[in-house]
Amino acid sequence: MRLHLLALLAKEPAHGYELKQALEQIFGTAYPSPNIGQIYVTLGRLEKDGLVSGVDVEQSNRPNKKVYYCTAAGREVLDEWVDSPTEGPRVRDEFFMKLVLAPLTGIADRMALINRQRRHYLAIMRDLVDLAQRTDHDNRPAQLLIEGAMLHLQADLDWLERCQEELT
Amino acid sequence: MTTASEAGQPAIRTVNLVKIYQTGGLPVPAVRGVDLRVEPGEFVAVMGPSGSGKSTLVHMLGGLDTRTSGEIWVEGRRVDTLNESAWAVLRRQQIGFVFQFFNLVDNMTVADNVELPALLAGTTPRHARERREYLLGELGLADKADSAPAQLSGGEQQRVALARALANQPRVLLADEPTGNLDSRNTRDVLRLLGEVHRQGQTIVLVTHDGRVAGLADRVVTLLDGQIVDDGAVAPRRRTRGGAGDVVELRS
Ligand SMILES: Nc1ncnc2c1ncn2[C@@H]1O[C@H](COP(=O)(O)OP(=O)(O)O)[C@@H](O)[C@H]1O
Ligand SMILES: [Mg+2]
Repeated sequence: MRLHLLALLAKEPAHGYELKQALEQIFGTAYPSPNIGQIYVTLGRLEKDGLVSGVDVEQSNRPNKKVYYCTAAGREVLDEWVDSPTEGPRVRDEFFMKLVLAPLTGIADRMALINRQRRHYLAIMRDLVDLAQRTDHDNRPAQLLIEGAMLHLQADLDWLERCQEELT
Repeated sequence: MTTASEAGQPAIRTVNLVKIYQTGGLPVPAVRGVDLRVEPGEFVAVMGPSGSGKSTLVHMLGGLDTRTSGEIWVEGRRVDTLNESAWAVLRRQQIGFVFQFFNLVDNMTVADNVELPALLAGTTPRHARERREYLLGELGLADKADSAPAQLSGGEQQRVALARALANQPRVLLADEPTGNLDSRNTRDVLRLLGEVHRQGQTIVLVTHDGRVAGLADRVVTLLDGQIVDDGAVAPRRRTRGGAGDVVELRS
């Protein structure tokens, strides 16, 4: 979340709660709703590393709030983040390790493992279909995020089928 | 429509169903002893690798291919022994079928393709038209009603085929990869329609690779080498708090 907050702050200075709202507004329900405590902890770390800086702003009738802005060093880190290629999705899947290793010990048989995993993936897929239907159709980032999750899951399902063909 | 003898019967039941193709003297066992039971109103997804016998199975259930041995029952009536013309009647009255390769009638408009099965089954023209308008509308094809099938894209033809299969409100909908040619947006329309007719009580047996479609089903049957290797409910709905934080995990 560090770099996501940094990106928002590079757009305009904001306080913690505004960052939470901005994330929710941009990604809708598709983003794991950030907890405000987490945001403050992350901001604290960013500040310690010199990537953001906070200034106290006085408010009438209320405690001061701290508004953060992105520093030059922060800007550099952000540029680097944007400019470098992003790691692809994992290839060493935890389920796959189970699938290969568990039968060796006699703990489980592969057919049963694969069948259970398929049903589990389908349940997640159903949730994603639900989520897409509940999410504002015009919120393109949120819809694309969900679609991306579906495509990854479909690849996992297809891979599972290949495993079933070859390993059982 | 249900008669006393049909009440309480499964919509579809097979007993030790076998299909062996004979190609050039070499027997190819495509379906090897399938026992399947589908209750009325149930939505069953059939999954499995290519060549595992999915198409052969649903073709036999729809009478489009003959079985080698075993039994097929539709609503309590044994049907594997029916002749071709009796099957034609059964399909017209009770079974909707979506083929992997559409099979639309080329010299008829999209609207006529969809209305025809209902008209053949004795539905009034007005009723058939209303149903057609509803189905094409749900599938985003309202403006294609007067087109010829050949003028449509593969994905559009596939949706017309689905509308046609549902025109008659069949007792059982059989479908072979009905979203194979669709992009995300069109698949969404199909998902919505399948969900809706299923809620209205439509029995569905559907072959698919698409997890989004299979996820809608009550039950998933997995075939491998012509045999059922898994048959059961999709894992129970997971409870997600309001949003989807725990569904869509962002990498950090
Ligand atoms: N008409 C046919 N003649 C000979 N073999 C066939 C015929 N149709 C299917 N098969 C064979 O039967 C097996 C199952 O095919 P199919 O039911 O199409 O599988 P799926 O739909 O799961 O891909 C495959 O080995 C396939 O080659
Ligand atoms: Mg097939």
